[in-house]
Amino acid sequence: MTSQAQILPGTLDLLILKAVSLGPLHGYGVLLRIEQISGGALLVEQGALYPALFRLVRQGLLKASWGTSENNRRAKFYELTSAGRKRLQQEADGWNRLAAAIATALNTRPEEV
Amino acid sequence: MKLLASLRSLASAVFHRARVDSEMEEELRAHVRNRADDLERSGSTRAEAERQARIEFGAHEKFKEECREERASFWLETLWPDVRYGARMLRKNPGFTAVALMTVAIGIGANAAVFSVVNSVLLKPLPYPNADELVSLHQVAPGAAGLADFENGLLLSPSMYFTYAEQNRTFQSLGVWTTDISNVTGIAEPEQVRAVVVSDGVLQALGVPPRLGRWLMAADQVPRGPQRVMLSYGYWQRRFGGDPGVVGRNIMVDSQSTEIVGVMPKGFRFVDTNFDLLEPAQLDRSKLILAGFGYHGIALLKPGARIAEANADMARMVPIWMDSWTNGPKTDPHIYETWKITPVLRPLKQEVIGNVSEVLWVVMGTIGLVMLIACANVTNLLLVRVEARQQELAVRAALGAGRGRMIRGGLVESLLLGLMGGMLGVAVAYNGVRFLVAMGPANLPRLSEISVDAPTLGFILLLSVVSSLFFGLIPALKYAGPQTSLVLVSAGRTTSTSRERHRARNLLVIGQVAMALVLLVSAGLMIRTFQALRIVDPGFADARHLQLMRIGIPDSLIHETQRVMRTQNEILDRLAVIPGVQSAAFASEMPMEGFDSDWDTIFIEGKPYHKGEIPPLHFYKHVSPGFLAATGAHIISGRDFTWDAVYGLRPVVMVSENLAREAWGTAQNAIGKRLTEDPGLPWREVIGVVQDVPEKGVQEKAPAIVYWPPLVENLFGKGPAQPTRVVTFVVRTERAGTESLLREMRQAVWSVNANLPLASVRTMQEVYDKSMARTSFTLVMLGIAGALALVLGLTGIYGVISYTVSQRQREIGIRLALGAQRQNVLQMVLGQGAKMALVGVLIGTGVAFALTRLMTGLLVGVTAHDPITFAGVGALLFLVALVACYLPARRAMRVDPMVALRHE
Repeated sequence: MTSQAQILPGTLDLLILKAVSLGPLHGYGVLLRIEQISGGALLVEQGALYPALFRLVRQGLLKASWGTSENNRRAKFYELTSAGRKRLQQEADGWNRLAAAIATALNTRPEEV
Repeated sequence: MKLLASLRSLASAVFHRARVDSEMEEELRAHVRNRADDLERSGSTRAEAERQARIEFGAHEKFKEECREERASFWLETLWPDVRYGARMLRKNPGFTAVALMTVAIGIGANAAVFSVVNSVLLKPLPYPNADELVSLHQVAPGAAGLADFENGLLLSPSMYFTYAEQNRTFQSLGVWTTDISNVTGIAEPEQVRAVVVSDGVLQALGVPPRLGRWLMAADQVPRGPQRVMLSYGYWQRRFGGDPGVVGRNIMVDSQSTEIVGVMPKGFRFVDTNFDLLEPAQLDRSKLILAGFGYHGIALLKPGARIAEANADMARMVPIWMDSWTNGPKTDPHIYETWKITPVLRPLKQEVIGNVSEVLWVVMGTIGLVMLIACANVTNLLLVRVEARQQELAVRAALGAGRGRMIRGGLVESLLLGLMGGMLGVAVAYNGVRFLVAMGPANLPRLSEISVDAPTLGFILLLSVVSSLFFGLIPALKYAGPQTSLVLVSAGRTTSTSRERHRARNLLVIGQVAMALVLLVSAGLMIRTFQALRIVDPGFADARHLQLMRIGIPDSLIHETQRVMRTQNEILDRLAVIPGVQSAAFASEMPMEGFDSDWDTIFIEGKPYHKGEIPPLHFYKHVSPGFLAATGAHIISGRDFTWDAVYGLRPVVMVSENLAREAWGTAQNAIGKRLTEDPGLPWREVIGVVQDVPEKGVQEKAPAIVYWPPLVENLFGKGPAQPTRVVTFVVRTERAGTESLLREMRQAVWSVNANLPLASVRTMQEVYDKSMARTSFTLVMLGIAGALALVLGLTGIYGVISYTVSQRQREIGIRLALGAQRQNVLQMVLGQGAKMALVGVLIGTGVAFALTRLMTGLLVGVTAHDPITFAGVGALLFLVALVACYLPARRAMRVDPMVALRHE
């Protein structure tokens, strides 16, 4: 548990989009997928996932449909819309640029100034 | 399509809220179950796994609420519960709701009533098909001294009509009109009726088709041709019972057989005149001269033509007019160049509305201020309630109600208040309009068009919504602002409140006091105006006992001059012997009767005039011997006319005091001096000087007046004396206004000539009141607005101080327990109120100083910045506010420290 980090505010939406982009998922599936792709390093508050999913549906980035889960239960599946794919691309680029910039800044040594 | 789809999903979400909700619940439960399954697989017991899964999930209800808020339809879905909640809160506090509703209803109703008058009178177009293209042919003549007094500018002469109608390039149709009185005989009793004399082009310009028959046309205005006339709808109903066969019938108008050619439809008004008959202007082209400026002009612009173009067109035609006509041999038609005749066309609507628009806007503005004060009061009430509901709001916030939702809840509640207030306001407006119409100046134009109509209802709806947002916004923001922990901790205790929490209320009270001051100052200025007008000598005494009636003797009934005179004289003799009558006389008009005035040039003997110079125009009237004595106007110097002088056609005249001073220095000097209307005519000797009389109403300056005897030889040109055919008889008697007197007067007139009708039968007091109507109306309206403002403003300051006192009971208790004097407590509370009142009065004085300038046109004998009014109203308001604070302050002083502290 100690190795897990709280996710930064605002990044939950990005993580959800990424998780869903790898294939349609139901809510619990999204949680598992995020844990899986982050190597278990990120801690998501479980309940908070759902307002975020509803928000992304309202914004037209995800679409939801009812289907049957792997254990034969009725479940609501989320998949990416084309707008969602575009947004994911933008957000990922932005995040990478930011991360690179911060990494560069943090790696600066005194003699480089 | 996308929009349609999203609308559909929105609709389905709203209508299937239960299903959507249960699906959401299902989704969240599935999550917890899946998690529990996983935990169970990793070795927990089922019960433990389920418990662990629920803990990991977190606050189930909170997330569910958050999910709901994320749904597109959330806003709509929750509106209804908010409305129900708001309604419940209003029902739970009937006292608060009743006071708030009443305040809102009175505010909205009063505003709507005034709005409906403003809308009907000022905003709605005139009821003619091309109302926007109708203009009145107004022209001014700054070079003709004395003309500045003309309320109508320079009217058109018949020759001008012909030139303008035939030579213009910018009008579709153009005509002239004037009002007249006609005698109709042979139907029932002889009757004097109101007629409008119209030339060809007038009805065509107005464009309202007749209900029966046809319009008057060019063919009807041939002099000495067949007589034709149109009826108004009202006259047709009254005299002919709405008989559809009336067209083609003949009636006797001014003793001439006249054919009825048409009937105008119901609701048709001639500009702003109610009339019975429309008569053709029979202008004899061969006899027309340049002069005779007695007709109002009206025209319909060509499509696309603007007023500026039409003005230029008219200006172009003025020289053509001077070249086309003459005033007779050896006169120079170009003397009118010195008059600088300039067309200033006005939209016909402006002509109709006249000087009433300023009054209405001032009234609308003041009543709007009352609405603001009412809103401030309701805001204050709501704010107090927010404080009382802090706990409830804090609990809601703690349970996850979002800030936006809380604000909306507050707004929904005030919107409910506003809309319900608006509904009650409709009833207030309906009665208010009836009151206004009854109260309104008799000359309020378009009176019959005023009603609570669709635009007024729309205005009420708009005002309800806007005012609810206005008084609801600050309280709604406070709804969202309770600091949860603080409030819950202090649950149930009234802590001494912070300065911050009172600021909004204090500002509102200051604003109310300031606005009330503005209204009271305007009302005060009107009272001072009224006082100033009351002390103006109107030129008659004891108006209540002066009975007036107007009698016209048409040429066709009695042609011969001396016989007209003798008939009038005989009527006087018969009137004088009616029991109780002290004196009787007549004149061409009484002061303030409001007929179009007569003006002419006056030359003073011995004063040098340039060749071709036109001396100033002067107002003139004819008066019988004894007229001045009967009405109560003083003869300052000299003597009155005598009947011998009248019948002997002696060249005598009387003048008003201001004319005497202007021409000869003093009233005494004027006696024996001479004047004339035309250098070619004999001189007339001044035998009397009469006190100045404000002929046009006490609010206007008294004009210089020339008083002619009823018969004057060679007046306005060589020729035998012409009688004054239409005159107002005046009878001084204690019995004025009684039915029995009228009956005896009618008998007296008819015993002289049974064909003579009586018109405009009224007492001088009625004439005077009517001429004061505009001022009285403004006074009453501002008085009502001021009184409302005072009551609302005082309620506001009283409410806030009372509330503060009740909130500070604990603090006051402590102060007293620690040894504060009760006197100090009184001073403390009074001081708080006094500070607010003083700031309000100061701000209000500044605002009033800036705003009262807008009502300058309504004030007489007092400036818009009258220091007495300002100081008096300021002091009064301050003192009354202190009294309003004194009551709660006394309560504060009586706080028992033990009770206050134990009370918690």
